[in-house]
Amino acid sequence: MTPAADLPDYRSQSPAVAERFRRIKERPVVLEIDHLGRRFEGQHGPVTALRDISLRIHRRELVCVIGPSGCGKSTLIRIVAGLDAPTTGRMLVDGKETSGPCPERGMVFQGYTLFPWLTVKRNVMFGLEMEGMGPDQAEAEARQWISLVGLDRFAESYPHQLSGGMKQRVAIARALAPNPRVLLMDEPFGALDAQTRAQMQAHLLEIWRNVDVTILFITHDLDEAIFLADRIVVLKANPGEIQEIIEVPVPRPRSLAQVSSPEFLATRRRLDELIHPPVTEPAEHLPIIRLTQAGDDVE
Amino acid sequence: MSREPWFAVLRPLSGRRRAGLWFVSFLWPLLLWSAVSYVPFLWHPMIHVTAPGDVTWFRPDMLIDRHEFARESEKILAAGGRAPEGYRANPIYLPAPHCVARALYTAFITKPVLRGDTWLHESLWLSIQTIFWGFVISSAVGVPLGILCGSYAALSRVTEPLVDFIRYMPAPAFGALMVAIFGIYQEPKIAIIFIGTFFQQVLVVANTVRKVDPALIEAAQTLGANRRKLVWRVIVPASLPDLYNDLRILLGWAWTYLIVAEVVGISSGITFFINQQAKYRNFDNVYAAILIIGFIGLLTDQILAFVGQRLFVWRSGRASRLRTLAGRLFAGRYVLLFPEEPEGDNT
Repeated sequence: MTPAADLPDYRSQSPAVAERFRRIKERPVVLEIDHLGRRFEGQHGPVTALRDISLRIHRRELVCVIGPSGCGKSTLIRIVAGLDAPTTGRMLVDGKETSGPCPERGMVFQGYTLFPWLTVKRNVMFGLEMEGMGPDQAEAEARQWISLVGLDRFAESYPHQLSGGMKQRVAIARALAPNPRVLLMDEPFGALDAQTRAQMQAHLLEIWRNVDVTILFITHDLDEAIFLADRIVVLKANPGEIQEIIEVPVPRPRSLAQVSSPEFLATRRRLDELIHPPVTEPAEHLPIIRLTQAGDDVE
Repeated sequence: MSREPWFAVLRPLSGRRRAGLWFVSFLWPLLLWSAVSYVPFLWHPMIHVTAPGDVTWFRPDMLIDRHEFARESEKILAAGGRAPEGYRANPIYLPAPHCVARALYTAFITKPVLRGDTWLHESLWLSIQTIFWGFVISSAVGVPLGILCGSYAALSRVTEPLVDFIRYMPAPAFGALMVAIFGIYQEPKIAIIFIGTFFQQVLVVANTVRKVDPALIEAAQTLGANRRKLVWRVIVPASLPDLYNDLRILLGWAWTYLIVAEVVGISSGITFFINQQAKYRNFDNVYAAILIIGFIGLLTDQILAFVGQRLFVWRSGRASRLRTLAGRLFAGRYVLLFPEEPEGDNT
């Protein structure tokens, strides 16, 4: 472990950052998750995937959820999206209890879920048409959203003609078009290569600056979480519970240069500790098995 | 020539090889048939009598089994008579390729022998109509029912076990019953094609519908699609290309049922033509008729495959040049088939 002396405490915030958090907390709560729990009937008895998750997300806040694999972060976002039902607890949007899928909670999935038989434009129009909007108005609105994600040239293309990053941008536009209160994102950039992912993260922040939407973002990428989030919810596995909620001290607007800033590194260190706890007991000494060919000259 | 091996595992063939092998698949049976027909010492188990000699029961142009011919010749030679003459021939049920090729044309201009017999094209037209109506009526009911069964588990549970049970009953078994209900003309034949197609169709369509990617359905739900719209706006369009291919395969099966259906009640259509020609021992016409059914099947299938590619441009990224052109011509302003965009967009 490197000495912590050269890094600030991840909890210390500059006045500007502290002011921002104060203002965020003054805003109304858009999404409230109240003592949520989910149990599955496994082969060896019931399995508790999530236990007692409580979280209040304020308007225009961007909250990331991270955790080791199997901590139930996907289950959590599926419950919030209404695609899965909690066994205990409830969920409120703008103070009203809701359940089941609803366009007020838009979702961007990890896999590519654009409708392959529809053009980009008609994909974005889908949610608007479901609301009963007329085709002309829906088309005009869809065009604005496509512009916002920078894909005007591709409005009449089919999904199979787009790259992975472009597909996810369309998916964001499609989810935003019906004006959701909350945008749920389930590892949306997980399948992209590192370079495209970095572009998409910057792009998402850009979109979020222009749109009044609250974002709940699931990821397993610690840097992605720090780069995007106001607050990071760290889950632990077996059962999935909230371990800690971190207020990210990195000021906004964010840029890639901040990745090496002390606040970023301090947060990163803390997340590392939470996600990969230090090994206290030295692992038992195992005999080294020679895997080299006999006769190889190895020390 | 490319260096690609011919038998690379799971690798597609080049266009030229694909086309070449397509011809080979038709060529080798034709070569085999020609060899058996034209090489005199291959098979040819009969003797075509040219001169009967002193064998009393031989007649010119008779086909006699080779061993029988040899025995008779020996007998007659031993008795001091004139030996019969003849050349080796194949049985009457195996006409040579050129005879069948000729029949492909002459079958159409062969006058019906009896009053009430039909011209080949009339028979074919009747058969095509029978297939068409049987298949259309079956699809009109079977496809929507299959879609509903695939979409709603409750509907599937209340229909599919019964359908599965009836599916095992051979359609021709209903022949007598259908005649009793629908009379002796085209109706019972259409009914049998319906029975043969419908029950398979419901199960096949339901299974295809169940294979729709659940992620698409979830995405639509989060966009506010209600249950009815999920079926109409997601499940139906998502499974349409596969449903289309299912129907192509089922249409092939319908032709199989046609042949048994057409002997129900008053025999009619292409089956009647085949049976009638076999009765007159015009086996070249019989082969011609069977081949024509094959050609019609192949042609319809190829046309349907082409139309399918047209209808479902969104299916594949690989747009052939022909398809691209056709796409521009038919698809109007909704399809911009520009060349593939490179990965890694820098906008």
